[in-house]
Amino acid sequence: MLLISCPWCGPRDESEFHYGGQAHVPYPEDPTALSDEEWARYLFFRANPKGPFAERWTHAAGCRTWFNAVRDTSTNEILAVYRAGEERPETAEPRPTTARRAAAVPARPAIEGKAPSEPRGVLAAEPPARLASQPHRLAAGGRIDRATPLTFTFDGTEYQGYRGDTLASALLANGVVAAATGIRLGRPRGIFSAGVEEPNAVVQIEAPFPEPMLPAPAVELYDGLVASSLPGQGRLAGEPDPARYDAVHAHCDLLVVGAGPAGLAAAAAAAHSGARVILADDQPEPGGSLLGTGEHLDWVEATHARLEAAPEVRVLVRTTVFGHYDDNHVLAVERRTNHLGADVPANVSRERVWRIRARRVVLATGAHERSLAFGDNDRPGVMLAASARTYLHRYAVVPGRHAVVFTTNDSAYAAALDLAAAGVDIEAIVDTRPEPGQWAERARSAGIEVLAGHAVTGTRGTRRLTAATVAPYDQHATGQREFAVDLLLVSAGWNPVAHLFSQAGGKLRYDDVLGAFVPDHCRQAVEVAGGANGTFGLAAVLAQGAAAGARAVEAEGYTAEAPALPAVAAPPYTPPMQVFTVPSATGAPRFVDLQRDVTVDDLARATGAGLHSVEHTKRYTTAGTASDQGRTGGVLASGVVAELLGVDISALGLPTFRPPYTPVSFATLAGRDRGALHDPIRTTALHGWHVEHGALFEDVGQWKRPWYYPRGGEDRESAVLRECRAAREGVAFMDASTLGKIDVQGPDAARFLDLLYTNMMSTLKTGMIRYGVMCRPDGMVFDDGTVIRLAQDRFLVTTTTGNAAAVLDWMEEWLQTEWPDLRVHCTSVTEQWATVALVGPESRAVLGSLAPRLAVANDDFPFMAWRDTTVAGIEARVCRISFSGELAYEINVSPWHARALWEALDEAGAPYGITPYGTETMHVLRAEKGYPIVGQDTDGTVTPQDLGMGWAVSKKKRDFIGKRSHARADAVRPDRKHLVALLPDDSRVLLPEGTQLVAESELPAPPVPMLGHVTSSYRSAALDRTFALALVKGGRDRIGERLYAPVGDRLFPVTVASPVLYDPEGARRDG
Amino acid sequence: MADTAPTARPRSPLEYAADRLAAVTRSSGGVVRLAEVPFLAQVNVRLDAKSPAADAVGLALGLPLPLEPNTVVRAGESTVMWLGPDEWLVVGPPGAQTGLEGRIRAAAGDEHVSVTDVSAQRTTLLVTGPRARDLLAHGCALDLHPSAFGPGRCAQTTLARAHVILVARDESRAGFWILVRSSFAGYLTEWLLDAAVEYG
Repeated sequence: MLLISCPWCGPRDESEFHYGGQAHVPYPEDPTALSDEEWARYLFFRANPKGPFAERWTHAAGCRTWFNAVRDTSTNEILAVYRAGEERPETAEPRPTTARRAAAVPARPAIEGKAPSEPRGVLAAEPPARLASQPHRLAAGGRIDRATPLTFTFDGTEYQGYRGDTLASALLANGVVAAATGIRLGRPRGIFSAGVEEPNAVVQIEAPFPEPMLPAPAVELYDGLVASSLPGQGRLAGEPDPARYDAVHAHCDLLVVGAGPAGLAAAAAAAHSGARVILADDQPEPGGSLLGTGEHLDWVEATHARLEAAPEVRVLVRTTVFGHYDDNHVLAVERRTNHLGADVPANVSRERVWRIRARRVVLATGAHERSLAFGDNDRPGVMLAASARTYLHRYAVVPGRHAVVFTTNDSAYAAALDLAAAGVDIEAIVDTRPEPGQWAERARSAGIEVLAGHAVTGTRGTRRLTAATVAPYDQHATGQREFAVDLLLVSAGWNPVAHLFSQAGGKLRYDDVLGAFVPDHCRQAVEVAGGANGTFGLAAVLAQGAAAGARAVEAEGYTAEAPALPAVAAPPYTPPMQVFTVPSATGAPRFVDLQRDVTVDDLARATGAGLHSVEHTKRYTTAGTASDQGRTGGVLASGVVAELLGVDISALGLPTFRPPYTPVSFATLAGRDRGALHDPIRTTALHGWHVEHGALFEDVGQWKRPWYYPRGGEDRESAVLRECRAAREGVAFMDASTLGKIDVQGPDAARFLDLLYTNMMSTLKTGMIRYGVMCRPDGMVFDDGTVIRLAQDRFLVTTTTGNAAAVLDWMEEWLQTEWPDLRVHCTSVTEQWATVALVGPESRAVLGSLAPRLAVANDDFPFMAWRDTTVAGIEARVCRISFSGELAYEINVSPWHARALWEALDEAGAPYGITPYGTETMHVLRAEKGYPIVGQDTDGTVTPQDLGMGWAVSKKKRDFIGKRSHARADAVRPDRKHLVALLPDDSRVLLPEGTQLVAESELPAPPVPMLGHVTSSYRSAALDRTFALALVKGGRDRIGERLYAPVGDRLFPVTVASPVLYDPEGARRDG
Repeated sequence: MADTAPTARPRSPLEYAADRLAAVTRSSGGVVRLAEVPFLAQVNVRLDAKSPAADAVGLALGLPLPLEPNTVVRAGESTVMWLGPDEWLVVGPPGAQTGLEGRIRAAAGDEHVSVTDVSAQRTTLLVTGPRARDLLAHGCALDLHPSAFGPGRCAQTTLARAHVILVARDESRAGFWILVRSSFAGYLTEWLLDAAVEYG
């Protein structure tokens, strides 16, 4: 969400503003002097440049001021704001981009310390002991809470795990690797990773509440968890989710995403500067990759404690930042109770969306290890090397007994050495590099065979991997060896997690040495540190994080401090090799996207079909479109396509990263905005009475208006007929409080209203009321209502219920942007008044009995007059206006006394059978008189003349909004649609609103010429028949003609009539 | 509308919800307190800030019209809030609207001012307690940190899906006033009560 700077209120969210189109397009001095073409140019033609564009905005939800902004239409950046009436600023420079920072320490291959950090394991004579109950769990170690054993069920079998486990680690501890089947080919799939990048082990949670498609390594284990494996697709729950979800807004000087070594260092540098800092991490505890390598955890703990103690620092764990939008608006989801299982307090939200507005952001999101495409690379037991190391150090789980490690870089060696020390039999390390360097020497000296210049070419096994075939990388047909293994660890390099950087508008570039796409530059105040930046070596990662954190808060005017960082030895380094595919001699499938079951052959079909963009191959093959969004397979897919096309991957690029980074459920996004809180419900002061008296309600805008009041099992039709009869024959009353009311004051108020309304308002006398119509500049009806003249310089304008805010905005727009010299102000008083319409021949008697000081006789209080008086002892303004054709009053009182008035009317009217009526009856009564409802009988293409309201359009005024358009050739066409009434020949037939009208009694072959459509349709008690209003081509010239209304497969004959069907001579108005 | 004594007791928009609002104080252990402050006098004033009327009105009210956007000036029982470059809301004790309106008109003399009684247009919710700010942050995108929205600040903005005038009261412990259109008051109350569940 953009942050727009109101010239008065300062930066506010874009949602507080309304857009007003191109700026500096003044209303013509004299529209009548313009040709149709010139006028049309003013009305309809606007510039549409790429680049800086001056446009109008209003701070609609704030100070309501109109202003101008220069926005770059290609980047959405607001380059300048200035007040209405001011000249456009000369130069508006875009903000500078944040350039990529060079690594502070020479490059070495350890992304977030994950990759070549020092192995921690030491080979002992005896392998470490394992638990009997969990055969792959070591008897000691890990960050699990062994004092809290947990019971869970997977695919119907009960298992044990510990607090601190994920579902994946607990399954592996119990020897379960296969956790899903592939979506397209149905092949068994195993746990592949130890994080959100998981493409394979996507499971269904069955209990406590069903939730589909969660990656098992991201599901924290809790007691009573029931989950099952999925065939690539989940099942939505059938019942409503009982949990609470909420959202919260937060602001900070610095947001650090990721609490690994870089993120912790960044936050630590800023923590005591006084700046407001948020550190968010998706894991239950800070540490990031260090949790997986088991290194420097004491530093992690001490830093975490310091951060928690800092007053302006907020550490959010279990919080995934999933969207990075304009002006550092960042969305995150915090999982607050999932890990508690059944022990969830009922009042705590399950998940919370954090809407963070950060002055600066440091992205320390680490890197994901990637795989490569070789034959049958999808068998359960194939796993990312660093993930296996994480399972060992973090969860004390050894995911297999006999393993081959297949790598293109140094990082897998530490995993191999640590797993060997944990008792895993490392049969061989297969390295595609001909000269793997010092790490290979270390492995050999630990007794592990290293096959340099080799690759894994295929695997065997059904439910689980049983063997891996290895051959020389260059000549795989010769020298094949097969190893009997249940684990194949893979590392083909590291992908910086640049998703958020990319979402923020940052550009990536390909780093040849790293073999990865790394952040390059960004126009937002964003820095990337550590693995996400493609930075190598833990020492460099820490230094870079601390420097980024310090720079961020210093840019905001705070003084950073140098945080305590652990001393880190530099590991040996041999450059990685870029390998995306290993040829398969057997033609076995080589999977690129495991979750979508997309293979190298699929991509070859795409390129063979002529596709040469990754955006196209992605859509053609679906590679990268699954819920894992290609976190492990995305770069691989680009690499494979590049190979297939014979181009360099740097030229090909990556598909665009889009939010969310990880799936977020709709329930979470909806938060508390559901049920009764989904949208505001506006009520009048009389709402309680309506509810108590059984009203059914109709939504009009956000208002709840009584629709009708059924009595004793009445259906709608009979209730409305009864209410109509009461209004026409006795007395009835309605809550009309929802009508918009605007107080217009100032010496130029009359002049202003003359410009705004089609009719003349300046000639209205104080004490009197006039009906008025407003048009848009295109001449089409925009709103209607009454205008009351309260004093020489003061009017009260009423608007339709749904248009109240729009009309006030409309007035402000013209006053502020076109006619600032007019001395007029407009103030909404919609809720200052409650309004009761008292309608019917007996209304005068009822009013008279309650308003002893009011002379109610027709001569004393004529039609379209208003009086201040008291009604039932309540200060009231009574208006003699009618929307039904009957004698009627609108009584306006303070809403604080509305109920007293209403109940007094109810009591005083009882002898006359006073009847409350709702909007449906109001609609019937007005339609019988041919009064249109703006928005129902009009649709933005209807002029006052089309409605038969030429009488309300002044011919004397020099100008008013819309006047020039009424003289356009198109506005005076004889075949424009006119509002007319329709009388179905069968007086019981109720035409559905929207029904089309045709001339012939038999439908001709399409295209059928349409003459118009029904806009309103009712049963009339007064006419004892059905009728409709319709917009019909040349309708007024067709009165008496027969047309046909196709409804379903029938054609109903109807007769066109004058829209005034009831009391056309107006005899009933004065009672 | 003149505020003469009517025959019946006035009813405020949130009278029906008073018990539920009060219950939040108990259920939250006092960390969140909610109450309606009904019937406050509210007079909308619009005038040219550069005209002599601005000073004259300030003198008549005994407190200057705040010229800094989104600030409040308070004296005695009256508060004046900046709503726009030519718009203020004068708030006083219940019943004061007629007097305020008259004093402002008289002070402005022949200058062009617009003075409108809007006392019933909005009602006021008081949100206090140590977690008041957190409660509002569930639905208000503004930065409510005391360094950004301390005493003396006000803002027209959106809370949940309702437009409100938000006022930081004199001391941070005094919490916030939320002035909300009467027709939205029921919705906003339901929203606040639901948001307070988290603190119960």
